[in-house]
Amino acid sequence: MTIIDNTAAAPAPRSADDGSTPLLEVRDLHVEFHTRDGVAKAVNGVNYTVNAGETLAVLGESGSGKSVTAQAIMGILDMPPGKIPQGEILFRGEDMLKMPAEERRKIRGSQIAMIFQDALSSLNPVLTVGYQLGEMFRVHQGLSKKEAKAKAIELMDRVKIPAAAARVNDYPHQFSGGMRQRIMIAMALALEPDLIIADEPTTALDVTVQAQVMDLLAELQREYNMGLILITHDLGVVADVADKIAVMYAGRIVETAPVHELYKRPAHPYTRGLLDSIPRLDQKGQELYAIKGLPPNLLRIPTGCAFNPRCPMAQDVCRTDVPPLFDVTERDGGELPGRRSACHFWKEQIHG
Amino acid sequence: MPEALDTTAKEKLPAAEPATVPVPVDAKPEKARSLWSDAWDDLRRSPMFLISAALILLLLVMAAFPGLFTGASPRDGDLSNHYLGAANWTNFFGADWFGYDVQGRSIWARMVYGARASILVGVGVTVLVTIAGTLIGVLAGYFGGWLDAILFRLTDVFSGIPFMLGAMVVLTTFTERSVLVVVLALAFLGWTTIARVARGSVITIKQADYVTAAKALGASTSRILFRHILPNAIAPVIVVATIALGGYIAAEATLSYLGIGLSGVSWGIDVSAGKDQLRNAPHVLMMPSVMVSVTVLAFLMFGDAVRNALDPKMR
Amino acid sequence: MAELGKKDDAVEKADATPNTTAVEVVDAATEDAAVAAIEAPVERGEPILQVRNLVKHFPLTQGILFKKQVGAVKAVDGVSFDLYQGETLGIVGESGCGKSTVAKLLMTLERATAGEVFYKGQDITKLSGRALKAVRRNIQMVFQDPYTSLNPRMTVGDIIGEPFDIHPEVAPKGDRRKRVQELLDVVGLNPEYINRYPHQFSGGQRQRIGIARGLALNPEIIICDEPVSALDVSVQAQVVNLMEKLQDEFNLSYVFIAHDLSIVRHISDRVGVMYLGKMAEIGTDVEIYDHPTHPYTQALLSAVPVPDPEAREGRERIILTGDVPSPANPPSGCRFRTRCWKAQDKCAEEVPLLAVPERFKGTDSKAAHESACHFAEEKDVVHAA
Repeated sequence: MTIIDNTAAAPAPRSADDGSTPLLEVRDLHVEFHTRDGVAKAVNGVNYTVNAGETLAVLGESGSGKSVTAQAIMGILDMPPGKIPQGEILFRGEDMLKMPAEERRKIRGSQIAMIFQDALSSLNPVLTVGYQLGEMFRVHQGLSKKEAKAKAIELMDRVKIPAAAARVNDYPHQFSGGMRQRIMIAMALALEPDLIIADEPTTALDVTVQAQVMDLLAELQREYNMGLILITHDLGVVADVADKIAVMYAGRIVETAPVHELYKRPAHPYTRGLLDSIPRLDQKGQELYAIKGLPPNLLRIPTGCAFNPRCPMAQDVCRTDVPPLFDVTERDGGELPGRRSACHFWKEQIHG
Repeated sequence: MPEALDTTAKEKLPAAEPATVPVPVDAKPEKARSLWSDAWDDLRRSPMFLISAALILLLLVMAAFPGLFTGASPRDGDLSNHYLGAANWTNFFGADWFGYDVQGRSIWARMVYGARASILVGVGVTVLVTIAGTLIGVLAGYFGGWLDAILFRLTDVFSGIPFMLGAMVVLTTFTERSVLVVVLALAFLGWTTIARVARGSVITIKQADYVTAAKALGASTSRILFRHILPNAIAPVIVVATIALGGYIAAEATLSYLGIGLSGVSWGIDVSAGKDQLRNAPHVLMMPSVMVSVTVLAFLMFGDAVRNALDPKMR
Repeated sequence: MAELGKKDDAVEKADATPNTTAVEVVDAATEDAAVAAIEAPVERGEPILQVRNLVKHFPLTQGILFKKQVGAVKAVDGVSFDLYQGETLGIVGESGCGKSTVAKLLMTLERATAGEVFYKGQDITKLSGRALKAVRRNIQMVFQDPYTSLNPRMTVGDIIGEPFDIHPEVAPKGDRRKRVQELLDVVGLNPEYINRYPHQFSGGQRQRIGIARGLALNPEIIICDEPVSALDVSVQAQVVNLMEKLQDEFNLSYVFIAHDLSIVRHISDRVGVMYLGKMAEIGTDVEIYDHPTHPYTQALLSAVPVPDPEAREGRERIILTGDVPSPANPPSGCRFRTRCWKAQDKCAEEVPLLAVPERFKGTDSKAAHESACHFAEEKDVVHAA
C-alpha cells in the first residue's frame, strides 16, 4: 500500500497552517471487529490527508468502512469488539492513537468535532438546546451560565435559526429535522474546531432542506477555514461541496481524485459503475446500468482486488494480486495531481 | 448476525454471499439459522449458562425424586439426635450428613425435600404469571383503545400493592397454606411486571412493517397475533420471567421464615428455626440459607445468560 | 375485535375510526357482485384505480379513558388521481407531505376520513369482509425498510408462502413450495435459499424477498412505498431494473412513492408532486421534469443534487426558506404560500384548484398539465442554461 504523499494529494489548500504538516493524516489504518462468526475487516489500510480549509469527501456504500474510519479518528469506536491492529492517525503531526486518553479527549472536544446523521438521537431530549449548546462553553471555557446562554444564542444565529433568542429554551423535539441538524452544526462549531467530520449530515433530511444545510456547512467552513471530512454515499451531495474525493470499497480507498476529474473520467471500474447506476434527473434513460452482485462480506473479503467478483473488467491478476494505489497519469504520461486508482487496469479504464 | 454487529459498527455489515451466483462463491456453505438457534449457539458457549443449568437440573431432579438423594424422612425426628451438631461429612447422602435439627430430624433430608417446595413455588408462580401477564399485556398492547386503558389502570392498581406486604395479607387469611395457595397468592400479585413487558414489546412489534405486510395480505387477527406478534414479542417476556423465578423462590422462603408461607417442609421455615440457635448449632441455620442463596443465584444467572443470548444488544 | 386491530399507527394514538359509515353491513348478493367485479380483467389503457378527493385526518386527542378531540393532523386532504393499467405513477414529496398515508389508504390499511378509491368500479374504502380480501389479492405492497418488513422468525419460504396460506385458492397446498421457489427465481434469488432466515441476507436481497411476497398472489397493482431508498446505490439500480422487468412480464401497475426525484423520473410514466397533504402538480414525466409550472415542483427539482459538478454550475438553484408547516395547522389558501417567492394576497385567501392553468389551456404546450397554482408559469430548472 502506498502512502498518499500529502503535498500532491492536496490541490491548492486554501491555507496551510504550518506549511508542511497537514491538519489530519491517516496512515495505513486498519480496523477489525471480532464477532461470533469471525473477524470482520472493516478498514484495511486507509490513507488520506485533509488540510485546513479543504473538503475531503469520503464516498462509499454501507460496509465500505467510511464511517468506521471516522469513528476511529474521533476515538469513539467501540473497543472491543473493535480493534485497531495497525495504523496511525496524525493530527497536526501527532499520532492520536498513541496519546493518553485525556489528551485525546481534549483534542476531540475542541479541535475535532463530529456531526452525525441522526440529530434527534444525538441531542439530549430532556435538556434545552440552549443548555446543551452552552455546556460546551461552561465545561471547556468556564463561562458563567448567563454568558454561556448568550454564546448559545449567538451560535444559533450563526447557523441561521430564526428567532434564536426566543427558541434558546426550547427542547430538541420542538425543532424540525433541518433545524435540529443546524443545532448539531452549531454544537460542532461551538469551540471553533480545526476539523469537522460530518457523517451523512443530510441523508435524513428532505431535498429542499438538504440544500440549505449543505450550503450553511460550506459557508461556515470557508469562514472558519476548517478542514471538513464529508462522509456520504450520495454522489450528488459530493459533487456540490467537495474539493477532493476518496472512494472507498471493502475498507480500502480505491480511487482518489479532485472532484471534477472524478466525475468526468473515473479511473476505477467501481466508481464508473456507481456513476452509471444513478438515474439522471434531466433525461429519461433506458435500463439502468447495475453493478452486478452484492457488496462484499467483510468476514470473507475476496482475494486480490475486493471488487473483482463484481467487476466487468476483471482478469486473473485481479483475483490474485491486491492492486496498490497507482498514480494516475495522462495518456502521454503528463501528471494528474491528486489522482490515484487501485485498479490493475486503470489505464484502460480512464483512457478507454 | 447483523443485529449483533449493529451495536458495534454504525454501518450494517452485509452478511450473505451473492444471490445471483447459484453456488456460493466461498466453500463454506451457510446453513439456515433461525434467531432461536443463534441464541442457543450463544447459550451453549456461555459458562454462566452451563453452570447455572447444571445446578438447576440437579435441583429439579432433587425436587422430583428426593428418594434418590436421601433415605431419611424430613418429618420423622428422633429427639435423641437433638441438635447433634457434629455433622458427619463422610457419610455422603446419609441422614446425618449435615447433622440434625431441634427435633432431631435429618437436616439433609429436610434440604432435599425442601427443594420440591421451592421449585414448585418458583416454577408455578412463573408459569402462571407468564401466562396471565402475557395474555393481559398482548391484549392491551395489540388492541389498544379502551381495552388498553382498562387493563392498564388495573395493572397500575396491582403494581401499587407492595409485593411482600400484599402476600402477607393474603396468606394470613389462610390457615392451611399448601403450595397451591402460596403459588396463587404470589401470582395474583406478581403478574404486572410481565404484563408491562409484554405490552411494551407488542406495541413496538405491531408497528413493524412485517405486521403491516401481513395485514395488507388480508391476514386474520389471530394469524397476525400468533404468527407475527407473539413469536417476536415473547423473547423479553422469557428473559424477565426467568430472572423473576429466583425472586419468587426467595419470596417463598421469606414468607415461610415469617411463618406465613408454606405449612410443610420449606427452607424458609428451617432458616427461621435455625436463627434462634445460631450460637450453639450454627449448622442448622447455615444449610437452609445456603440452599436458598444457591438456588436463587442459579436462577438469576440462568436468566442473565438467557437475556444475553436473546437480546445481544443489551450486552 | 378486527376493527380495533386496524388502528395501529403511532400518530393515531388509540382513537376510534372516525368514519363509522365506512364499514357497512353488506349482504351476500352485493358482496358476490363486488367480488365478481374485482376479479374481472381490465383493458389496457383504462384507469384501474381512480382516487377521488381522498382525505385522511388523524384526530389529535387528549385524555386517557375519556378522549376529547382537540384537532386533527390533516395528513391527506383531498387528493385525486387515476392509475392506468400497466403504467407507473410516481408520487414525490418531502417527508410529512402525506405520500405514505396515501399508500396506506390505497391498501385500506387505514380507513379514509372521506373520499373514494374506485378499483374496477368498487369503492374499496367502503368494502369489508370477502370483497376486501379479494381486493387485497389484487393490490399488494412493497415496503421501504427491508430490515423491518420481513418477520425475523420466519423462513424465507414461510414469508413468501404466507400469501398462499391466507388465500388458499391461489395455490393448492402441494404446489406451494414449488411456487415459492419459482418466485425466488423470478426475483433473482437462489431457490435453494428457501429455508433461510431474513437476517442471513443483505438489504438488497431482502428487498427482493419483499417483492416476491408482493408478487405471490399475482396482483394487478403494486404500491411501492420508497422501495429502494434504504438500499445502497449499486443495489438500487438492480432492484429498479428488476421492478421494471417484472412490470413488463406480469403487466403490473405501480404506484411508486419516493422522495428521490431521479429514480421517480426513471421509472414513472406519470408523476404527481405532493405538498402538505395535497397534490401540487401532476403530469407525464416530461411535463413535470422538463416543463414544471408549480413553484414547489420547481424548487424541489432545482434542489436535487446532481452528480455532475459541471452540469450543476449552469443550473439555477431555488433554495426555499423555512420548513414544511405542520399538517395539524396548515396555512390558509395555498399551502405552499409560506415558502413561495411568488405568493400574493390571493394565495392566502383562495385554495388553488388542481387543474390545467388558464393560460396554457388549449395549447399543445407541455406546460398544459394540471397544476395547483394561481400563478403557474413554466420554468425549466433541470437542464443547464
